[in-house]
Amino acid sequence: MSASATPLAVEYVRILPELVLSIFGMAVMVLDPLIDERRNQRTLGNIALLGSLAAIIATLYQSQYPGPGFWNMVNVDAFSVFFHFLVTTVTAIVILTSYDYMEVQQIRAGEYYGLILFGAVGMCLMSSAVELVLIFIALEISSISTYILAGFRRRAAISSEASLKYFLLGSFATAFFLYGVALMFGATGSTSISVISQVLRSGQIPVLAYAGIALMFVGLGFKVAAAPFHIWTPDVYEGAPSPVVGFMSTAPKAAVFAVLLRIMFEANAPGRLWLIWVTAALSMTLGNIGALVQDNVKRLLAYSSIAHAGYLLVAFAALPSGGIPAAMFYTASYAAMNVGAFAVVSHFASAGERYVTLEDYSGLGRRSPLLAATLTIFLLSLIGIPITGGFFAKFYVFSAALQANLVGLVIIGVLNSAIGAYYYLRIIVMMYMREPREEAPVPAAPIGLRAALTLTVFATIYLGILPGGVLEYASRSAAELMRQ
Amino acid sequence: MNGPGLNSIILALVTFIPLAGALLLLFVPQRERDIRVFSLVISLLAFVLSLHLPVHLQRAQGGFQYEVNIPWIPTPNIHYHMGVDGISSWLVVLTTFLTPLCVLISWKSIRERVKEFFILLLILETALIGVFVSLDLFLFYFFWEATLIPMALLIGMYGHGRRVYAAVKFFLYTMIASMFMLAAILWLYAKTGSFDFVTIQNAVRGGGVEGFATAAPWLFLGFFVAFAVKVPLFPLHTWLPDAHVEAPTAGSVLLAGVLLKMGTYGMLRFNLGLFPEQSRANAGWISVLALIGIIYGALVALVQPNMKKLIAYSSISHLGFVVLGIFSFTQTGLDGATFVMLAHGVSTGALFMLAGILYERRHTYEISEFGGLATPMPRYAALFLFIVLSSIGLPLLNGFVGEFLVLSGTFRTSALYGVLGATGVIWSACYLLWMYQRVFFGKVTHEINEVLPDLDLRERITLWPTAAAALVMGVAPLLWLNAIDPAVQSTLAPLTQMASKVVGR
Repeated sequence: MSASATPLAVEYVRILPELVLSIFGMAVMVLDPLIDERRNQRTLGNIALLGSLAAIIATLYQSQYPGPGFWNMVNVDAFSVFFHFLVTTVTAIVILTSYDYMEVQQIRAGEYYGLILFGAVGMCLMSSAVELVLIFIALEISSISTYILAGFRRRAAISSEASLKYFLLGSFATAFFLYGVALMFGATGSTSISVISQVLRSGQIPVLAYAGIALMFVGLGFKVAAAPFHIWTPDVYEGAPSPVVGFMSTAPKAAVFAVLLRIMFEANAPGRLWLIWVTAALSMTLGNIGALVQDNVKRLLAYSSIAHAGYLLVAFAALPSGGIPAAMFYTASYAAMNVGAFAVVSHFASAGERYVTLEDYSGLGRRSPLLAATLTIFLLSLIGIPITGGFFAKFYVFSAALQANLVGLVIIGVLNSAIGAYYYLRIIVMMYMREPREEAPVPAAPIGLRAALTLTVFATIYLGILPGGVLEYASRSAAELMRQ
Repeated sequence: MNGPGLNSIILALVTFIPLAGALLLLFVPQRERDIRVFSLVISLLAFVLSLHLPVHLQRAQGGFQYEVNIPWIPTPNIHYHMGVDGISSWLVVLTTFLTPLCVLISWKSIRERVKEFFILLLILETALIGVFVSLDLFLFYFFWEATLIPMALLIGMYGHGRRVYAAVKFFLYTMIASMFMLAAILWLYAKTGSFDFVTIQNAVRGGGVEGFATAAPWLFLGFFVAFAVKVPLFPLHTWLPDAHVEAPTAGSVLLAGVLLKMGTYGMLRFNLGLFPEQSRANAGWISVLALIGIIYGALVALVQPNMKKLIAYSSISHLGFVVLGIFSFTQTGLDGATFVMLAHGVSTGALFMLAGILYERRHTYEISEFGGLATPMPRYAALFLFIVLSSIGLPLLNGFVGEFLVLSGTFRTSALYGVLGATGVIWSACYLLWMYQRVFFGKVTHEINEVLPDLDLRERITLWPTAAAALVMGVAPLLWLNAIDPAVQSTLAPLTQMASKVVGR
């Protein structure tokens, strides 16, 4: 513990986004009872939006002051800034899509926005934490918020089921993670990633470390919905409010992937290759095959997110120089397209989430051309068609794997992308090539949703046309990460 | 030539004007008539500009011209590398020639979701042109896949009865096949560090690519499968009749006229250009498949009760000629193959438009529903005959030149293939003339057909250019061939060098 007893001012800058988010989160909670009930939704939403925007600015400001803080528990580097930016931006977009949703669903609860901000605190902290116990705490902060958020459609039994299921299985998974941390501590004598890394690189790898890595991987694998720890995903995604699903399928996942990257690469985890190989292959295959037979769009997207976790994990099996930037790029482009897709789903679902089956989407191209076109862009990106971010995401991941001579895994991945094309296409076919079941046009998108969709469409296309900038940044931060 | 000169700017304009038009269309005109006029103007503009390409091409020169090569994405090393040679410049003109006609033919038949239709059409045009002018393998793949979505949507949204089935089948067939091509492209990139066609070609020829000898047969197949599905070559053709029958007229015109040529163009450019040895080694079975395609396509066309399906199967037969010519590895064979691509684009495009005009009047393609149409629709019948003759390969019309060259090239490599291929010409006369006879001659068999209106002015304006092109291409094929010839020569150079090495001449 080299740092001084009291943290310096600059160290507070290194947790500035988390501080900002916490303050705004608490402000939402405190103001909730003080504001007139009829207007509080909007106002609290605005405060939360302001908070997430402030956190984005804090992130940008923070990037000027890289370095460790708080007795080497957090570390601000290009890597952590990347994920901070991702998480805070997703938070802002989700808040934008929630305004209208909450009104239509008649959910009146101010803590909704507070919980989103608190969740974001945990996720941000996960990406900058370099100490396993802090990572555990951050993971819990983010998880507990999402457990509650999943149950926010209180009138729907399915939502409560989702929340409870998520909570029970999730706590079980975190326990696994904690066990892993304990074993790791036993094996290496430290919970700091850099110390662990030194021990693991210095030669003899203790058997306990293998067990520790495996247990931690189980815990984190659950959080990113990787097979065989994916069983909860479809039920929870189906029951939880759609904007929340958009949130929890992207932001916490990105954060957990950041943790995984740190543990797998920075700490040089032993036994990484086969662990990842099996999980990636299983996730891709089970996710895609499961999605083939779904009639509910939210369940379909749930299985699709399992498959995408699989694609992403392929990057983890590659070499650090190619794998880390590929994984980072994938999280970014996946976040853009998935948040966008769920924004459309949540708007279209209407009161009580009535319209969520594939059949309901028939003729959407006629009833709401703009909404359908937007969803089409996201779906094409999920397939991995050129000029969308999804294409380069897959491309980078697979070429990183090829560089590491993982031909088998790439073949499984490519075959799976072909299967994937089929079920995403089913939605597009429904929207454009079937007659609408109801003639009534879908209500026009409110301003918040429009802003959210514009942003996500822009990000998806931008990553598909000019991926160079983001990739270069990711490569730079990967190099920094490996130098430490 | 790295700086974008005037020529390369024109190339870029030709490629992206339709896309820009599509984006403008999204926002500007609202009335349906304005949308149509706007799309027509845009596509005509692209056509006029595209004429610059072959007109100002240095014909004696073999390699690529109008080149522009700008780094686009640093990792992976992707360049915006565009350029044309004698072959691709004419294919671009074919695309821009057919698109305004597609706009005209859809003037009245598309009544619903008009804006989306023309947006898709214009996006498709950009993607098609992009395929022909890309010299960066990545860019090529990019445009290749980009053609898929608008085409599938055109079929699925504006098609007839089983349109969804046809659209999905088309999409999956092509998409899965092109994944093999992507795999091959990625392999080449991994070993050469470049997506640039010319760079890779030089590296491969120089023998400096590690492990190329063992991988080449697979790479060849990777490219070939993607192209063979598009052509379509015999066992992979089953998507085509479905797609054609269900597609709206404009979709069929671009599908048969240009999309199929992407496959043969790809074989010519990439299979022959990058894998000359494997092309030689595999030429045997490929030629056999092409011959099966020629004869099988013709025989199936013969028994079709549906006019559009008949034309679709005739495409399989005609494209067989192109593949046969390409894999004859003779100068005449390849010249002919390229010429057939262009000629087939014009005459089959016209045939689909003619069928579409009839469909607008009667809402059926069944041949048995017609008969004696020459009486109520004399102008239509005359034009139809003209196009049928050009498609059959009547001397002095466009079909003849290409098929003749292909066959004479094929005879030089294998007399048997030549003889078998030549039967295809006879078959095409059988099915087309028989169809013509059943539709136009004799008495009017259905009362409703007696009052069918003849071609109106718009339809005549749509069809005349194709007839004129068919005639000019037949009378003065040299206009085309003297641009094609040097390009073919440089494609063939490594193949003939290799052959002389093998044979020891």
